[in-house]
Amino acid sequence: MKVFSIALNTFRENLRDKLLYNLLVFALLMIGSSALLMRLTLGEFHRLILDIGLGSINFFGILIAIFVGIGLVSKEIEKKTIYTIVSKPVPRYQFLLGKYAGLTLTLLVNTLVMVIGLLVVLSLQDVPIHLVLFKALAMIFLEFMIVTAVALLFSTFTSTTLSAIFTLAIFVIGHLTADLKAFGQKLDTLGRGALEAIYYLLPNLERFNLKGHVTHQIDVPAYDLFLIAAYGMAYTALLLMFASVIFQRRDFG
Amino acid sequence: MADQVTSIVQINQLCKVFRIGFWGRRVTAVDELSLDVRKGEVFGFLGPNGAGKTTTLKILMGLIYPSGGSAMLLGRPVGDQSAKARVGFLPESPYFYDYLTGREFLKFYGHLFGLWGVALEKRVDELLEAVGMVHARDLQLRKFSKGMLQRVGIAQALINDPELVVLDEPMSGLDPVGRKEVRDLILRLKESGKTVLFSSHILHDAELLCDRVAMILKGRLVASGHVAELIDPGTTHSVEMVIDHLSPEGLEHLHPLAEKIVAQGHRLLAVLRHPREVDAALDIIRTAKATLISLTPHRSSLEELFIRLVKEQQPAGEPKP
Repeated sequence: MKVFSIALNTFRENLRDKLLYNLLVFALLMIGSSALLMRLTLGEFHRLILDIGLGSINFFGILIAIFVGIGLVSKEIEKKTIYTIVSKPVPRYQFLLGKYAGLTLTLLVNTLVMVIGLLVVLSLQDVPIHLVLFKALAMIFLEFMIVTAVALLFSTFTSTTLSAIFTLAIFVIGHLTADLKAFGQKLDTLGRGALEAIYYLLPNLERFNLKGHVTHQIDVPAYDLFLIAAYGMAYTALLLMFASVIFQRRDFG
Repeated sequence: MADQVTSIVQINQLCKVFRIGFWGRRVTAVDELSLDVRKGEVFGFLGPNGAGKTTTLKILMGLIYPSGGSAMLLGRPVGDQSAKARVGFLPESPYFYDYLTGREFLKFYGHLFGLWGVALEKRVDELLEAVGMVHARDLQLRKFSKGMLQRVGIAQALINDPELVVLDEPMSGLDPVGRKEVRDLILRLKESGKTVLFSSHILHDAELLCDRVAMILKGRLVASGHVAELIDPGTTHSVEMVIDHLSPEGLEHLHPLAEKIVAQGHRLLAVLRHPREVDAALDIIRTAKATLISLTPHRSSLEELFIRLVKEQQPAGEPKP
C-alpha cells in the first residue's frame, strides 16, 4: 500500500510537470507530420508512416524515461523531500519501487496517448493495422522500463547531470552491443573478452526493436516474444535490486 | 530497568564521521555523544550552527547511519519501522512536494502510516485546524509562505498521533508571532502527554519551553540538565529601571548606584549594579517625585552560559564558529 501511495504521488508530480506536456505535444506533432511527409514521397507510404510513428513514440518515450527518471530520486535528495519519507515507517526499497512504479505509470499513459495518435493517423490514411504493430509497441514499452530502471539506478548514487550522461551512454551502447560483439570476433582474446563482457553486462536494447517487422509485416512468433519479454523483465528486476542495495546503504547528509 | 521504560530516546557514545571531498578527508560531526530523553518531557537540543544537532537527529530518524555507538528510539534500535510508526519528525527548513495542496500533502503522509478513508480525512481536518491552516487546505504548497510551510510541516509530523515528536529547528525563519505559535503548540503537545525533542540555536525559546536541555559543541556534549540547574541563580543579576521626569538632583543621587544611565528626553534608563540597590533607587525616585515606568530584573540566561561555554572551548585566536 505504501508503494502504491508513493507511486500515485510520483504520478501526480509528473502530471503537474509542464515538461511532460511539451514532450507529448511534440510527439503528437511528429506522428501527425508523417501524414504530410507522405505527400512528398513516391510509393511506400505505409512504411513511412509506420516508421516515423513508431520512431517518434520510441524517441519521446525514451526522452521521458531518461529525463524524468534521473530526477526521480536525486531530486528528492537534492530538495530534501526524502527526509520526510525515510523518517516514516517506509522501508527504503519500497520508496524506490514506488518511485519506479509511478514513472512507469506515467510512461504508460503517455505511450497510450501517442499510440492513439498513431492509430488515428493510420486509419485516416487507410494503412492496414496488423497485430505485429501492437507486439512492437509492447516491446518499445519494455525498453522504456529498462531505461527508466537504468536512470533510477544512477540517480541513487550520482547527481542529476551525471545520471543523464550515464543513462544516455547506456542507451546508445545498448543499441550497439550486437555490433560490439561482432567487432570483438575480429580482435585478439583480450579485446574479444572485454567486448563480450560488455555485450553480456549491458542491456541489449536492439532486441526490443521490432520496427522492421512492422514495416515489412513480418509476424513475431509468440515464443520469441516471450523470450524478449522475459529478458526485459529479468534485467529490470536486477537493476531495481541493485539500486535498492545501493540506496539502503546511503546516508542522506 | 524502570529507567529503560521511561527513556524515550537513548543515545549512547554515538559517533558520526563523514568522509568529504575527493580524498575522503574525515570530519567528525558527532563525537561520543550520550544523552537520554524521558517520557513526557520537552527536551531542548542546543548548539551553534554546525555543532552536530541535525546530524544527531538524522541518525535518530534513520536518515544516516552512525559510525559508532548506539541510539534507541522508544526502546528499539534506530531505523526500526515499528518505532518510526510512533514518531513524528519535522526536518530543518523543510522542503515539501510543492505541487500538492495542503490536504493532499497531509493525506499522502497519512497513507505512509497506513491511514486511509474517513479516519484520515478527519485527522487531516483536525490537524489543519490545530495549526491554523484551514484556509490553505486547497492551495498548492508552492504558494505557501515560510511560516505556512513550517505549520503544515508540523501538522505532517503529527499525522500519526506520535508518542515522540522530533523537531529540527522548528522556530528558525519564523517571525515573532510564528515563533510564539510554535511554542504554544509544543506546550500543547506536552500537555497531551507527548515527548518533544527539538533542536534550536535560539536559546531564549529553549529556556521558555524545556524541562531539560543538552548543549553540544563540535559534536560533543558540553552541558546537560534541567534549565534551572544550568542557569546559576547566584550570579550576575542586574536590574533595569525606566524612569520619567527625574530631577537633576535625583539623577546625581542615582549615579553612584547605576552601572549605566541613558537619557532620552525626559525618560531615563538606568541599569543598577546589584538588586540590593533597588530600595535606595526607589527612595531617590520618590523624593524627586519622578515616575517609575518599569523595573525589570535580569536573570542570567542560557544564552550567557552558552557563550561562556563556547569561549572556554575556543583556543585564543581561533575564529568564532
